[in-house]
Amino acid sequence: MKAKIIVTPKKAVVDPQGKTVQTALEQMGYRGIKAVHVGKYLEIELDGDKETARQQLNEAAHKFLSNPVIEDYKLEIE
Amino acid sequence: MNFAVLQFPASNCDQDCVHAVRVTGHSASLLWHKETSLGNADAVVIPGGFSYGDYLRTGAIARFSPIMQAVQKFADEGGLVLGVCNGFQILCEAGMLPGALIRNRDLQFHCEQIFLKTGNFETPFTSKIPRDKIMKIPIAHGEGCYFADEATLAKLKANNQILWQYCDATGNLTDTANPNGSLMNIAGICNERRNVAGLMPHPDRASEEILGSADGRLIFESVIDALQSKTIKKAA
Amino acid sequence: MTEPAITPELVQKHNLTPEEYAHAKKILGREPSYTELGIFSVMWSEHCSYKNTRPLLKTFPTKSPKILVGAGEENAGIIDIGDGLAIAFKIESHNHPSAVEPFQGAATGVGGIVRDIFTMGARPVCAINSLRFGPITGNGAAANNRRLFSGVVNGIAHYGNCFGIPTIAGEVYFDKSYEGNPLVNAFCLGVLRHEQIARGAAKGIGNPVFYVGPATGRDGLAGAAFASQDLTEESAEQQRGAVQVGDPFMEKLVCEACLELLATGAVAGIQDMGAAGLTCSTCETAARAGTGIEIELNKVPQRVPNMSSYEIMLSESQERMLIIVHKGREEEVKRIFDKWDLPWAEVGFVTDTGRMVVKHRGKVVADIPAKKIADESPIYQRESAEPEYLKEVRAFRLDGISDTTHPAEDLKKLLAWPSIASKNWVYRQYDHMVRDGSVVCPGSDAAVIRIKADSLPDAPNEKLPEKLIAMTVDCNGTYVYLDPYEGGKAAVTEACRNLACSGAVPLGVTDNLNFGSPMKPELFWQLKESVRGLAEACRAFNAPVTGGNCSLYNQSPAGPIDPTPTVAVVGLIDKPEHVTTQWFKDEGDAIILLGEIADKKDPLLGLGGSAYLQVIQDKKTGTPPPCDLETARTLHTTLLGLIQSGLIKSAHDCSEGGLAVCLAESCISQLVGRETPRLIGAQIDLAPFTDIRLDALLFGETQSRIVVTCAPLDAAKVVERAKLLGVPAVQIGKVGADKLVVKTPATEFSAPLAELHDPWWNAIARAMA
Repeated sequence: MKAKIIVTPKKAVVDPQGKTVQTALEQMGYRGIKAVHVGKYLEIELDGDKETARQQLNEAAHKFLSNPVIEDYKLEIE
Repeated sequence: MNFAVLQFPASNCDQDCVHAVRVTGHSASLLWHKETSLGNADAVVIPGGFSYGDYLRTGAIARFSPIMQAVQKFADEGGLVLGVCNGFQILCEAGMLPGALIRNRDLQFHCEQIFLKTGNFETPFTSKIPRDKIMKIPIAHGEGCYFADEATLAKLKANNQILWQYCDATGNLTDTANPNGSLMNIAGICNERRNVAGLMPHPDRASEEILGSADGRLIFESVIDALQSKTIKKAA
Repeated sequence: MTEPAITPELVQKHNLTPEEYAHAKKILGREPSYTELGIFSVMWSEHCSYKNTRPLLKTFPTKSPKILVGAGEENAGIIDIGDGLAIAFKIESHNHPSAVEPFQGAATGVGGIVRDIFTMGARPVCAINSLRFGPITGNGAAANNRRLFSGVVNGIAHYGNCFGIPTIAGEVYFDKSYEGNPLVNAFCLGVLRHEQIARGAAKGIGNPVFYVGPATGRDGLAGAAFASQDLTEESAEQQRGAVQVGDPFMEKLVCEACLELLATGAVAGIQDMGAAGLTCSTCETAARAGTGIEIELNKVPQRVPNMSSYEIMLSESQERMLIIVHKGREEEVKRIFDKWDLPWAEVGFVTDTGRMVVKHRGKVVADIPAKKIADESPIYQRESAEPEYLKEVRAFRLDGISDTTHPAEDLKKLLAWPSIASKNWVYRQYDHMVRDGSVVCPGSDAAVIRIKADSLPDAPNEKLPEKLIAMTVDCNGTYVYLDPYEGGKAAVTEACRNLACSGAVPLGVTDNLNFGSPMKPELFWQLKESVRGLAEACRAFNAPVTGGNCSLYNQSPAGPIDPTPTVAVVGLIDKPEHVTTQWFKDEGDAIILLGEIADKKDPLLGLGGSAYLQVIQDKKTGTPPPCDLETARTLHTTLLGLIQSGLIKSAHDCSEGGLAVCLAESCISQLVGRETPRLIGAQIDLAPFTDIRLDALLFGETQSRIVVTCAPLDAAKVVERAKLLGVPAVQIGKVGADKLVVKTPATEFSAPLAELHDPWWNAIARAMA
């Protein structure tokens, strides 16, 4: 099965990458852009049952794949 | 005194830290990250570089190396640990120092000489720095912007844990003097117990005049002084 | 999987002429297989075989008593620096890939040259680079030029910084001729002891052949052939999927592991897999040793399934090395590479057949005499013809332009011209201090590093005799365009002049010849003439060429680039107290001009091809000022003598922008720390030079002029000594105050230092904002 983890910067953390991308979009003529946040996307292929996987990945995401001081994460397993 | 300088895959500044310690007349040796014991090290230095290519997040993978468990234990027992640049990042990822280092606000890597104001002279990392000294030390990083939430920042300030801040040549904490956007111009901090410290600038690159500045030596000399007085205390 | 049949179209697609194909058939004694066709195509591409340039390259001086490994022998040349120590260095281009994908193109360029150094057994200790782009100010095409510039700088920074070597010097030029065809020339230097020199030869029959590094993918497929073609929209699109992606972290590990392995003595031969990957490395190592080699492609680690033999042989996946190991020592390879968590595989063995045999899935897919394919690559003597445009250049009358009326304004404009302006926007992104060896960082005429024990491959715990190495990279492409022979001489001369200003004696040269298509007689003429100039200058300065690179076909539908023979020159400084920098030091110091103020034959000659003519008069024409090698040599030797006597406090040479820019830079280029320049003024008196027009006096680029300063009491001594040795010398001013004040026969102008510093320091950052 495949797990998808999206890691994003916490709202409180300044995101210069996001700001730069937003400015570039506006300069290219895209209107109505309110905000851009740049994060990370991880795809993890694994075996086993869904529940164990979810538990393991939540722990891994919290401990290692994201830094809770500056990032949030969302986990999806299909 | 014997310093252990940790060596992770792609710690590029390991030899620089060894060199800086040796310049003070003391000994230093490299310790491979897979080792599990610090041997007879009196202090630990976690050097700069791009451990694990900075993949995932800088310092995120190195903090799980086997040697870090020994470092944690060493720190818990009061041992002195100094993290430089990537070393600072590793200590934050490991939770041994609060906060985190994120990408420089202008998204560029910065290699330049900066000026530091020392905030607390009563620690093993700052005791030998003269009171009015503005230190000139180089930085070289792309992810040196210090971040911590409001509560943590307040605590660091109240507790005098902010050891060094970016300033201009005359000691003013200005925004222009801040090369990376660090909150409160924070360049380096220590833990509550004052035995673990981290800073983004490279004292290992400011150990001799021929390199442009010898101010970095003051930090190593502070550590040595602290170790020597401990030894004297032990012996007495 | 069946390989396609060989047809004339397929041969042509592989950039082989019918004659070359016939020769390949003769070598094999039969039709080649598809994989063999690919192998011949890359081995005989311009990039790998130098087929169009070898006759010219043979005219370079390549010998000296200090050369330990010479040009053409191995991956990089090696020069003795005394006390059993040596340096390995080389420059290489990655122009076409950088045009397609600037970040990765530049990054992998750095990766490639670094590998060329550690494959010789040397520890890489620093890098420099020479970059050229179209103009970055303005709109339209400039936006793309900015994108390429930014991408390239980022790529170099990414790779060099993560690998952990300081990028300590370089040059950046902006000119319309490089639009769409940027130049990225990357140089690396490493250190080793004489006995640590490693060779790329497949020695020892029966020795196992190891592959180390990441798995092979489809990266850069036939990149060498791509580099040997014109860059069109179509060729770029084809190659987009093929651009190699670099992993500096992996390279650092591979480097450390290889150096560790070399120290065990288990290695019989080692070569990096660069251009043409497995093909080139297996072929060349066998050819050098006069042996044969057999490899089994099933054993080669592969990143994607179902790769064909062709793809595996031609792939340019990065960070891979080929290591021939002494039989019986295989365990050491495995132990060391496991320690560094690096993939390795035993893929073949050395034979005595003299043939390169490649097997895949049970079949022989290639069986080629190694020496023949390496040594019998075609050589061409191309036609050359003087270009038409030179008629106009030579006819241009410098006395037909009007003199400068606002010298202070013109000076500021020149200082703000991106090709002259400070490059701090660039080098602040490069870690130029890692390894604790940077004695003179970017910002002066030459960079200087110091060698210490940890510079050696095995980083021993001992004290080494102090060694100071200076290096610089130079080429004024405009000069070469306007007069290839003089421009070629000038490139080497300027580099040696920069070294002299830092207190160094030149040891050797590595050249990167960047030109258009050799099939065009006018462009080949440029190549021929500039090589003539380069060779003569190298001989004059006793600086042999230790190796280098050719990058041809640098042209787009818009036209060819300016002929650009970039040269990097490396020198040795005797003692730390001889290290000299370009900025003025103390109030009251005497400012002395060494060298003839302007060409004796015609003072206006200095304006030919000058920055002033381009920026202020908007003309890129006029024969550049002649470069007299004897004069230059005398000047450099004299300056070195003065420096070694302890008399000189600063030295800066006159180049683009002439004397005025040289003086301004001496006032404004010292940096104490972030946002903290140290500005120091000067009062200059040029009134005695009455028979020279003002523009020529201030902005002419006459060769062989250096501005030095000394303590006021030493001024007379310096002037006298220089004159005694045959160098014109005259005190032209004094250091002091916060302005640059220049008195000339007709007028006097001044500029507050901040007004000179600001445009110079910030021009590029503002263009890139």
